[in-house]
Amino acid sequence: MTKKDNGISFNLVSRQKLDELTSSEKLQFILKEVKKGKILVLEHGLTPMEQTNLIENTMKEIEHDTFIGVEMEGLGQDKPSFIQKILGVAKKPRVTLIGPANLLKTICKDSDMIQTRIIPGRGAK
Amino acid sequence: MGLFGKGTLASILQRIFGKKHAKIGIYGPPNVGKTTLANRILRDWTGDIMGSVSEIPHETRRAKWKRNVKVENGGSSLLMDIVDTPGIATKVDFKDFMNTWGLTRDEAKRRAKEATEGVIESIKWLEDIDGVLLVMDSTQDPFTQVNVTILGNLEARNLPVLIAANKIDMEESSPATLKSAFPQHPVIPISALTGYNADNLYTTMVNHFSKKRKKKRR
Repeated sequence: MTKKDNGISFNLVSRQKLDELTSSEKLQFILKEVKKGKILVLEHGLTPMEQTNLIENTMKEIEHDTFIGVEMEGLGQDKPSFIQKILGVAKKPRVTLIGPANLLKTICKDSDMIQTRIIPGRGAK
Repeated sequence: MGLFGKGTLASILQRIFGKKHAKIGIYGPPNVGKTTLANRILRDWTGDIMGSVSEIPHETRRAKWKRNVKVENGGSSLLMDIVDTPGIATKVDFKDFMNTWGLTRDEAKRRAKEATEGVIESIKWLEDIDGVLLVMDSTQDPFTQVNVTILGNLEARNLPVLIAANKIDMEESSPATLKSAFPQHPVIPISALTGYNADNLYTTMVNHFSKKRKKKRR
């Protein structure tokens, strides 16, 4: 989502688009978009390791007056089936919402719903 | 002296099957009481302390550690290297330090910069630890992204996690909420400030972190 004079927009990123990217490319893409002031809804969320790497990369990118970090919330991972557990298939994360922390604020979250608020007047520059 | 000479059956079994030395990281978001807990553990078992505490978030901005802390539980014990890590956050806004805590602009910017470096250092330490004492504030909503991310990361590495539901001395605390939120991990209610239930935490630490596990490296 970008808030400019003419309104606000959201970017829904498909699972297919995300699957085409390596972990590193995915994180670069997300951080680049969020730094522009966009809010992304990822159809297919990040794995815990990717989330940790995103936090690390975010910290490296923080600039006092322009980028204070990210707000990130995801719904819990799908439970793997018995066969997936035996085969060691990683659990798949579900939908994830990521945006600039100066624009997006999480109000509450449980296993089924993420409630957020846009902070008025603090959209993308 | 028993059938097996010195030591109890528990300590003998620990020597055979379990760890005797483990590097334990104290993790969590800012201001949940990580350093207060580290100080409590060290004071109880070594007479020392780990570092200063403050109401201002990100007081600990560099990891600190204490080697060879021997925690005993009846006949068994575990020698631990305790690592007190900076709080993990997804955002650091220097204006919060000015507006909420009255720091000057320069102080706030310096603290924010050091805080971001601290988060990175905490994450890097994950590669080098054997288990995690994850501290959560039992007065707050447990489903924060930082809690969920840390737990998911540790589960992916197959590292043992013990959740310390801290601040149970406060009226609004609800350790039961933490227990129901993360039923897959042991949750020990504690007040790091008063020491309430610390003995239970130590017993669980020795038992939980002594277990042998195959660590996954990423």
